[in-house]
Parts: sequence; structure tokens; C-alpha cells
Amino acid sequence: MSIRLQNVAKHFGNSRALEPLNLDIRDGELVGLLGPSGSGKTTLLRIMAGLESADREPAGRIQFGDRDVTNLHVRDRRVGFVFQHYALFRHMSVFDNVAFGLTVMPRKSRPTSGEIRARVHRLLEMVQLEQLANRYPAQLSGGQQQRVSLARALALRPDVLLLDEPFGALDAKVRQELRRWLRHLHDELNFTSVFVTHDQEEALELSDRVVVMSNGRIEQIDTPDALYRAPVNRFVFEFLGDVNHLEGSVRSGVLTCGDASLKVALPDGEDELLLRPHEVELVEAPTADAHLPVTVTAISPVGAEVRVELEADWLGEPWLATIRHADFERLNLARGVRLFAVPRRWHRFPEERTAAAMSLLETVS
Amino acid sequence: MSTRSLSIGIGSTPKRVLPGFGLSLGISLTFVSLVLLLPLTGLVGQLADLSLAQYWAIISDGRVVASYIVTIGAAAVAAIVNAAFGLLLAWVLVRYEFPGKRLLDALMDLPFALPTAVAGITLATLYSSNGWMGRLLEPLGLQVAYTWVGIALAMAFTSIPFVVRTVQPVLEDMPVEVDEAALTLGASDGTAFRRVILPHLWPALVTGTGLAFVRSLGEFGAIIFIAGNMPYETEITSLMIFVRLQEYDYAGASAIASVILFVSLALLLAINIWQGRFIKRLHGGRG
Amino acid sequence: MQRIGDAPAVRRLLVFLAVALSALFLLLPLVAIFAQAFAQGIGVFWANVNNHYTLAAISLTLFVTVLTIPMCLVFGVALAWLVTRFSFPGRRILQTLIDIPFAVSPVVAGLIYLLLYGRNGWLGGWLDTHDIQLMFAWPGILMVTIFVTCPFVARELIPLMQAQGSREEEAAVTLGAPGWTIFRRVTLPNIRWALLYGVILTNARAVGEFGAVSVVSGAIRGQTNTLPLHLEQLYQDYNTVGAFASASLLALIALLTLAAKASMEWRAARREVHA
Repeated sequence: MSIRLQNVAKHFGNSRALEPLNLDIRDGELVGLLGPSGSGKTTLLRIMAGLESADREPAGRIQFGDRDVTNLHVRDRRVGFVFQHYALFRHMSVFDNVAFGLTVMPRKSRPTSGEIRARVHRLLEMVQLEQLANRYPAQLSGGQQQRVSLARALALRPDVLLLDEPFGALDAKVRQELRRWLRHLHDELNFTSVFVTHDQEEALELSDRVVVMSNGRIEQIDTPDALYRAPVNRFVFEFLGDVNHLEGSVRSGVLTCGDASLKVALPDGEDELLLRPHEVELVEAPTADAHLPVTVTAISPVGAEVRVELEADWLGEPWLATIRHADFERLNLARGVRLFAVPRRWHRFPEERTAAAMSLLETVS
Repeated sequence: MSTRSLSIGIGSTPKRVLPGFGLSLGISLTFVSLVLLLPLTGLVGQLADLSLAQYWAIISDGRVVASYIVTIGAAAVAAIVNAAFGLLLAWVLVRYEFPGKRLLDALMDLPFALPTAVAGITLATLYSSNGWMGRLLEPLGLQVAYTWVGIALAMAFTSIPFVVRTVQPVLEDMPVEVDEAALTLGASDGTAFRRVILPHLWPALVTGTGLAFVRSLGEFGAIIFIAGNMPYETEITSLMIFVRLQEYDYAGASAIASVILFVSLALLLAINIWQGRFIKRLHGGRG
Repeated sequence: MQRIGDAPAVRRLLVFLAVALSALFLLLPLVAIFAQAFAQGIGVFWANVNNHYTLAAISLTLFVTVLTIPMCLVFGVALAWLVTRFSFPGRRILQTLIDIPFAVSPVVAGLIYLLLYGRNGWLGGWLDTHDIQLMFAWPGILMVTIFVTCPFVARELIPLMQAQGSREEEAAVTLGAPGWTIFRRVTLPNIRWALLYGVILTNARAVGEFGAVSVVSGAIRGQTNTLPLHLEQLYQDYNTVGAFASASLLALIALLTLAAKASMEWRAARREVHA
């Protein structure tokens, strides 16, 4: 079922949580709401669920498919909602938790207890917890509790599944596993899902499309790939990964900053360039286009790559470069080694927030 | 003092990191022995002089048995009324904002702070036939003062804070998400309260009601003024002890006191055990 | 935010019920105390308070209370320190023992002291031959008052000190602070409000204790009458205004207790918001 929000805004007292915004989510899509804390992403999700009501002025509209649900109470919206801290009913067994939504249905439409039992067991099988049906929530691990919470939300066969930081409280390995498993479930059962996260990696890995938010505003809506390649503004660029800054003045095609210089095709004046860590190459001698002397201050091998921290007099903040293990060995890196950095490419957002603020993708050499 | 506590604490048991073990143990044990335990030996000594038959005769005397029934019956009614009233008050104080809320909250402690004798003469005056409440209730055929209703009223008055103050923190700690989870699953307010919130509060509610009941069993000052103290009808067990004492029947007083003491301690123990079992289920522990 | 029972009609009904019932059940008695005390004007009230027997009862009550508080304070702090900072066999039993005064009827409390120290008691006989009278005199009143009030300070401190844990004191030990300094500089600032509240509760109960005191006091007017016993006698003598004059003094102490508690809670809540 598609979700359409039109002109939805939210104030808490005098403070604005959401600016009036529009959002279209297609039927069957898996969408991530990504942003720092206080960006309004959770508020937006809760408004979709009906747990918060949008401002009356301006009058917004929320539609599920063709159904206008703007004034519908949360209990009648029939969304599945998964809470950050699971919110399991701790006095009920796993079975009773999952069965809860079915057992509180009006007597007329309620399935028989046999049907309920069968349906709950099917759900528990799906989340691989059928042998724990009689346990209480306090006896489960965090990952297991989150799976119960999901099964409970899915018991009523909702068309829309909303998840608030669903994996936030779990450790890295369980999180990875659950993500893959949610993606699988989503593809299989074909509902529309929206989840909130502050973890860019999670948003990019899991979503069909990502909604990047800050300060109660939607900054960009795009596929993970497009988002990473073509961020519309500096906020999106900085939020989606580590960033190195290079500030200096440009004169006749050369940007200088202390004893560092870099050839750029830019007009004269002050400028700032942004680089991702993997866009920084390390070499033993300066090139014709780039003279950026740096000193290695820290090295940490993380997974498939090596993270190298770089400092220099001309840098306000240290840079971070990620290089392959092969390069690491070839360069014979160690703390205190002096090298030269060469940008493979860089980004620039000269005019914030104007429609023309497209990322300029430049390649050096 | 400081050097002594340090030397005792560290000298006798080098594993204890913090000082003061010896000193605090000494004070606590001396106090507990002298103030709590030693006097109990007086009771035991007095009881030891009685044969089992004598003991049984005293505690199964008709007037005394009537007092058990009055006390337990009134305490049970008071506890049940307080369970409902206390739950309502705790709910309103935690869930809603309204003018005068802090005043209402402060008022909940009044029965603990007000001396029981003051509560006793006040309730007796209010509910006697020419008191403010008595004048209203008597024409309706409801006689409160000098009946067991008055006893239950006085018991309820002195023990209401137990329920409110036990339920209130649990309700406060209940996460919003529990309500929200029930609502997103389609439960109506009534169903959600009955199926989700009440079970959540149940341990606290039972504990609070149990404590209120135990307190009511032992209450004296607030009750004797309003009870009328008619033998076989409105005499509470605490008063029976008092009556025996005034007759210089120390053995009789002791025997009846031992019954009260035993019942109160057994109830307290039962509440503790029950609570422990419940907490274990809600907060982990496999099995 | 949606919560259960948020519908305006439900909310209004429940708030109304709670306020109305509390007013009838709790507030009305409070009002009645003062109304009765001043029923015949302030002059009569004053004459009732400023009378020899009442003043004697007030001074005995204050005397007993002033002696009770330090005893309970020392015991409460020592016990709380013991059971929250050390683990030793019998710790749980000790914690359960201090609940006895809460569970026991005050009349039973008075009785057990009378049995021990009274003329027929096994210590009483010895005391009698040495011409020491504890029962039916102020020492007896003091002893039973200590019995019924001794758990209050400890009961306030134990949960708090348990929650705070002993990390801070352990840090102080590693920094070489001597025992008394640790308590004064590290522990005391953390527990002072609970300590004060424990003292206030002890005070309220000590001033108002009736059942236990009435067993051991003998209620000799002007000598062994505490304020609650005094008001009982006046009430039995059908001197209602006199009884309520004394009652209003006790009710005033109760009100001050409530105000102190409310302001301390408000303080704690405000600190939490700031933190």
C-alpha cells in the first residue's frame, strides 16, 4: 500500500519538529528515514502511525493508498509498528505477545483460538523462535526480543510496517543479521516498510530509497546509489560519510593553503573542497598537480582497508585516508612517515541550499 | 572514632575495602538486640508460663474470636476499597495534568503524617450522628460511627498511602511504548488497560494492598474512638489486649498479642516471597 | 503522543472522582480538626493550649522526641551503611528484623516492653528492688517510641544507598581518605535529603505515637501524659474543643511534615531536569 503525506507539519509547543513536507512512498517500497537526532525522522514515522497527530494548521493530509487516514485513530490505522526498545509486554509469554493483536479484535471478526494458535506458530516459525514460545521477554536476548516484536507487528497482516530505530540497541553482528533478514521478509511478504535510523550504513544497505532529514526538513530523497554519488547539498554529503576539508584561496587555477597547493579549474577567490577518505591517494613524491605534504599520525587496519590519519601544518583538522592493504604494504607506512596526498577527486558545494547547488564532480588528472 | 572504625574494619577482615564494618555492625546489633529482640523475650517468657490448654482457652475465647472476625473483616473491606481507590489516585496522579495536582499528591501522605489518635477523634466526630458526615449519612440509614463500617473507614484512612505509594512509582516507570504498542495492535482503551496495564501493575497493587491490610490489622489509635468498642460486635483485637492489660491479665494479653504478632509477620513474609517470585519472572532468571 | 485513557471524557471523569473522593476522605478530616479546635473562638483555643496539663503534655512529647531522633539517626545510618556497603551472613535477616515495628500493632509493642520491664517482668523485678521505675514513667515512653520509630531513617536510606552503590566511597579509599572523612565528605552529601526526610518522618511518628505509649505511660495527667494521650483524655471527658486544640497542634506538625516532603521532592525533580 502506498503512503502519501501532503503538507504535514508538527510543532511541540513552540518548537518546530517538522516543517510542512510532502512525501510519497510507493507500494511495496522499503524506505529508510535517515538523519541525526532531532532531525524529525522519528516524529515523521510516528505521525504516519498515528501515534502523533500532525499540526491542524496548515492542514496536512496522510493517505494510505486511496484511504485518507489523517484523522484516523492509531488503533484503526492498522499499521505494524516496531519500537526501538521492542516494547514487549513483559508479563506475557512470547506466544501471548504475538497473539495479542489477534485476541483483542472485536469478537465478530476475531479468528477462533485454533486459528490464532496456528497463525502465531507460523509467525514464530518465520522469526525462528517457535521453540521459545513459552518464554517471557526477560528471558530472551535483545535480538530475539526484536524478532518477537516484529512477529507481533506482523500478526495482523498490516499493509504498512513502520520501524523506529529497529536495530539501534543491538550489537553489530546481530544487527547485520537482522537487517538481511528484514530485507528478506520484506521481499517475501510484500508490504510497504518505513524505518528510522541514524546509521547511514544501515540506511544505504537496506533501503530502496533513503529520505535524508535534518532540522525537521527533508534534504534529499533518492536511491542509496544516487545519494552517495550525487548528494544535493553539503549536509547530505557530510552526513553520509567521513569528510576531509581543504580550505584555501584560488589564484589562476591553483588553490593554496600554507605550503600546500592543488591545481583546480575554479575562479579566483576563497574556496573549500571536500573529499571522502577513499578519494585521498598517498604517494611518496608530489605530483605536478598536487603538492600536499602530510605526516602519518595513526594507522588502523579495519576490515578490507587501512585507515590512515594524516596531519599537517596547513590542515585545521586531521585528514582521514582509507587505502588498500596492498598500498599500505608498498608504501611501508608507519607513524611519523611523511608523504604526499593526492586527491583522486573532490566535491564542492559553493552555494548552500539553492536549487542549483548540485555537487560538482571533478576529477583531478 | 575514625581511627577505631578504620582499624576494626580493616583489621578484622582485610578483604573489606570500605571502613566502618565493625562499628556499624556493633551499633546495629546492639540496637536490634536491645530494642527489638530483648523485649520479645518478655513475651516468650510470659507465654512459657501458660500451658497449651490455657493458651488455647485464651485465644479461642468467644469475645476474642469475635474480635478476630471484626478486625479481619473490616481490614479486608478496607484493603479492597483501598485497592480500587489507591489505583485510581495513582493513575490520576501519574497520567494526568490538572490544577492542584501537587496538592493532591502531598495530601496522599497525610494519613502517615497525622497521629493516629488525631485521625481517630476526627473521624469519630465527623461521622457521629451530629457530625458533618454523620448528619448526611444517618438519614440514609447508613450508621458509620460505632459500627464495623466506622472501623473499616478508619482502617482505610490510615492505610491508603500504602497502595498509592506502591503503585505510583511502577506506573511512572511504565514506558509510553507499552501503551503505544497495545494501541497499534488495535486494542481499545478498556482492553489495553485490562490486558496490558493492570497485569503490569499487579505485583505493586497486591503488595500495596497487602501492606495496607497488615497495617489495618494492627491499627489501634485511629479505630478505638470510632469503633464504639462493644464486646462481640465492634471490638478489635488490639483493643482486646488493652482490655486484658487493664484487668492485669498479662498472660491473656500476651497470648492474644502472640496471635497478632504471628499473623502480621506471616503475612509480611508471604508478601515478600510472592513479590520476589513475580519480580524474578519479569526481570529475568531462566526457566 | 497517544496514551491509554487520554480521551477527554475519561480524563475528566477520573480526575473528578479522584479529587472529589480525596477531598471527602482526606481533606475534610483535616479541615474538621481546625474547625473543631476554633469552634468556640480563638480565645478558648488559646486557653486550652495554654493550660498547665496541655503544656506539660507538650513538653513531655518534645522531650521524648528530642531524645528519640538522635538514637534513630545513629542506628539508621549505621544499619544502612552496614547492609548496603558490606555483604555478610545474616544481612537479609537483619533487614527483615527492622520491619517488625512496622508490622506489629503498637499495642503489642507497648505490651512487650511492659512484660519485660514492668513490675512482673523478669527484668522488672530486679529494677524494682533497685528502685528504678521505667514503666509508667518517661523512660518507658521513650523506649517504646524508639521501638516504633527506629525503622524510618534506615528505610529511607537503604534503597537510596543501594542504588548509589559504593563506587564513590571506594574511590575515596583509593585516594587515602580516612573512614570518618569518607562518610562526611562523600556519603553524607549524597544522602542528606533522604536523611532529613527520615528524621522528619521519625519526628512525626514520635510526636504522634499513641497505642504503644498508652500501654506503658499510665497516663498520669501532668506527669506521664504525652500530647496524644492528653487529647484522648480530653475527648473521653467530652471536652471536644480541648481535645481538638491539642489535635490541631499535632495536625500542624503533620502539615509541616507534608510540606517538607513536597518541597524536597520538588527539589529532587528539579535537579533531575537540570542534570
